[in-house]
Amino acid sequence: MPVTPVPISYDLATLWAAIIAIAIFAYVVLDGFDLGLGILFPALSNEEERGVAMNTVAPVWDGNETWLILGGGGLFAAFPLAYSVLMPALYPLVIAMLLGLVFRGVAFEFRWRAGRLETRHRWDLAFFGGSLVAALAQGMMLGAILQGVKVEGRAYAGGWWDWLTPFSILTGLALVAGYALLGAAWLLMKTDGAVNAHARRLARPALLATVAAIGAVSLWTPFLKEQYFDRWLNWPNILWVAPVPVLLVAAAWQAWRKLNAGDDHWPFPMALAIFFLSFSGLGISIYPQIVPGALTIYEAATVPKSQVFMLIGVALLLPVILGYTAWTYWVFRGKVRAGQGYH
Amino acid sequence: MLDGADALLLARLQFAFTVSFHIILPAFTIGLASYLAVLEGLWLYTKRQVYLDLFKFWVKIFAVSFAMGVVSGLTMAYQFGTNWSVFSDKAGPVIGPLMAYEVLSAFFLEAGFLGVMLFGMNRVGKGLHFAATLAVAFGTALSAFWILSVNSWMQTPSGHGVNEVGQFVPLDWLAVIFNPSFPYRLVHMLLAAYITTALVVGAVGAWHLLRDRMNQHARTMFAMAMGMVAVVAPLQLVAGHEHGINTLQHQPVKVYAMEGHFEPSPNGAPLILFGMPSREAAETKHAIAIPGLGSLVLAGSTDAPLQGLKSFPREDWPPVAIVFWAFRIMVGLGLLMIALGAVAVLAWATGRLFESRPLHRFALAMGPAGFVAVLAGWTVTEVGRQPYTIYGLLRTVDSASPLSAPAVGASLMAFVVVYFIVFGAGFLYLLRLMRRTPGAPPAETPEPMEGPIRTAAGGLGSPIAVQGA
Repeated sequence: MPVTPVPISYDLATLWAAIIAIAIFAYVVLDGFDLGLGILFPALSNEEERGVAMNTVAPVWDGNETWLILGGGGLFAAFPLAYSVLMPALYPLVIAMLLGLVFRGVAFEFRWRAGRLETRHRWDLAFFGGSLVAALAQGMMLGAILQGVKVEGRAYAGGWWDWLTPFSILTGLALVAGYALLGAAWLLMKTDGAVNAHARRLARPALLATVAAIGAVSLWTPFLKEQYFDRWLNWPNILWVAPVPVLLVAAAWQAWRKLNAGDDHWPFPMALAIFFLSFSGLGISIYPQIVPGALTIYEAATVPKSQVFMLIGVALLLPVILGYTAWTYWVFRGKVRAGQGYH
Repeated sequence: MLDGADALLLARLQFAFTVSFHIILPAFTIGLASYLAVLEGLWLYTKRQVYLDLFKFWVKIFAVSFAMGVVSGLTMAYQFGTNWSVFSDKAGPVIGPLMAYEVLSAFFLEAGFLGVMLFGMNRVGKGLHFAATLAVAFGTALSAFWILSVNSWMQTPSGHGVNEVGQFVPLDWLAVIFNPSFPYRLVHMLLAAYITTALVVGAVGAWHLLRDRMNQHARTMFAMAMGMVAVVAPLQLVAGHEHGINTLQHQPVKVYAMEGHFEPSPNGAPLILFGMPSREAAETKHAIAIPGLGSLVLAGSTDAPLQGLKSFPREDWPPVAIVFWAFRIMVGLGLLMIALGAVAVLAWATGRLFESRPLHRFALAMGPAGFVAVLAGWTVTEVGRQPYTIYGLLRTVDSASPLSAPAVGASLMAFVVVYFIVFGAGFLYLLRLMRRTPGAPPAETPEPMEGPIRTAAGGLGSPIAVQGA
């Protein structure tokens, strides 16, 4: 199989791939910590801890979820062919993710509206189940894309269970572990007292599981496709990519040290760094493919007129969006406490 | 091939189901966001407590509706690709950027400022809080702008070409965005959203007036809602009519299906009030019709010639009966809305706006009418576009994903079950929130299990307890 060389000059397709990548990364880390809270929800001890956990994300979750709409909508807009191949290929996973997100999204509102404690617990269960399913589905999509998708002409040509392999199950579990880490680190940063102590106890196994899962995925990936192997293990590429795993180990080590040292603020940025490095690793593996084994970003890209038109919007609006999103987080900065307001 | 036909039908059912659940939520939140902005503005301007109390009353309802709108809308963003991948590939270069603009300019604005609007009053001050409310209201209306542009392009495509791989590509963005039916559809839908919300607010006010006609908060919301209905419902009749004339120019087949006209009428068409249109028999049986009125409404004079469905190939006809009946439901409800506004104005002029129990019962009964009319109206325009997804250019049968029927059927089942559980509970909670006595101190209407954010001093005034930075 011929290996696609990395083009040196930047171009509109690459620019758009970068924009989509940014949107997906923003989604993964922003919704990642609130999905992570959902995954950890049953582990939280009592009503008070769950309430506080929920309130740390209540003002921001709508905005976080919007990045997923940008990821999906952006893929549709910038790479319509990739969108129309991947969605049928990942069909059950996409549906499962959407339904999971439906449950956990409404649980934010509904748990406060439930008349009886039982009903509230049912919505808490929906919050947990929905978060877990969404995280697992997203991770498995990642695995399914990495292992490649069967395409004939301009359409998906595989069956509707092709995505289900040991590798995609591994990536699914890896993302669940990673989100749990983000959730625990977020909770550590945003709370104090008993919840904070509990979050620390949860963060340690989550960190270990995340690192183990990333290690397993990293060892497996180069053997999926020739291009991945070439990117990671052939001379001189190995020189260029070596910093990624090295920095990742350093970030994980720093997170571990700070967790044990009783620090509240370092584990979250370190967890973000772990995600960023893993995400970069993915980019190194697949660029310039967008549907590995079938389509490059150039084949899947929309027409230049559409790319340029949207680029204007992104250039004007994305900085504004980042600005007011940051402002929202600033408004709701600081630790969320239990007690006040519980009447 | 039977399998392909089944998968197509299931995919259509799935889209109809998920989009129907979704559309009623934005139809409500677009209007409600504006209403909240008006309430907050009035409060800041007049300093009257009643407006702040009403803001607090409705903002919780907004939060629940908005959450349901977000999650059901997320489904829509992926539905194009999962079930309509051929359409997505072909139409992506034209409509994809419009949807990207919707996300960038509208969705982020709404969702980003929602947190501040719901929980931020004490943290940012009144002025910035009002700005956040305005941003949310503006964002909801702006999202309607973009998505209706997309829909209108699918109805009346313009400004496009076709490239060598068969994709529709943009040639002139302004012509794409401001395609011929877009201005009409936008006005018609925005007015529909405002009326829908006014009817809900009016029904809630009426319900509380029926329990206690002295409740000042109920009086204020009822008066505001009835004023809105009285002004906007007649405007909607005009806007709807103009939209219809525009449709006659660009999609005549749809209009003849709405009217139940199979035969061309060279000497003027009647207006069929009721009848039983049959696509198979190609006639409207048992028609009760007013001679000449159809031509008068559509073409300006009683003897103006009009075509009929039979002027066009049968394979281009939509399912006539569905379009015909949905149109009558929409128009019938619209006329009832105008009647409600007129009765309310009459009651107001005679000083009986807060006294007339028949009026309050009428307003209460009309509470859901906006939602039904919105769904009926969308049925008219979407079913009326059949058998095409992109009118005249791409047939629905050529748009679907290469999926097997079991895959689409299973996901449809899952959507039906989940939506009924989730949105069933959601609508129950909305009704519960509407049942609270507006303006009553929290102790009088206990909200069991109230969360910390929403309760303390009525939610707005006291956000999450937070340590100083």
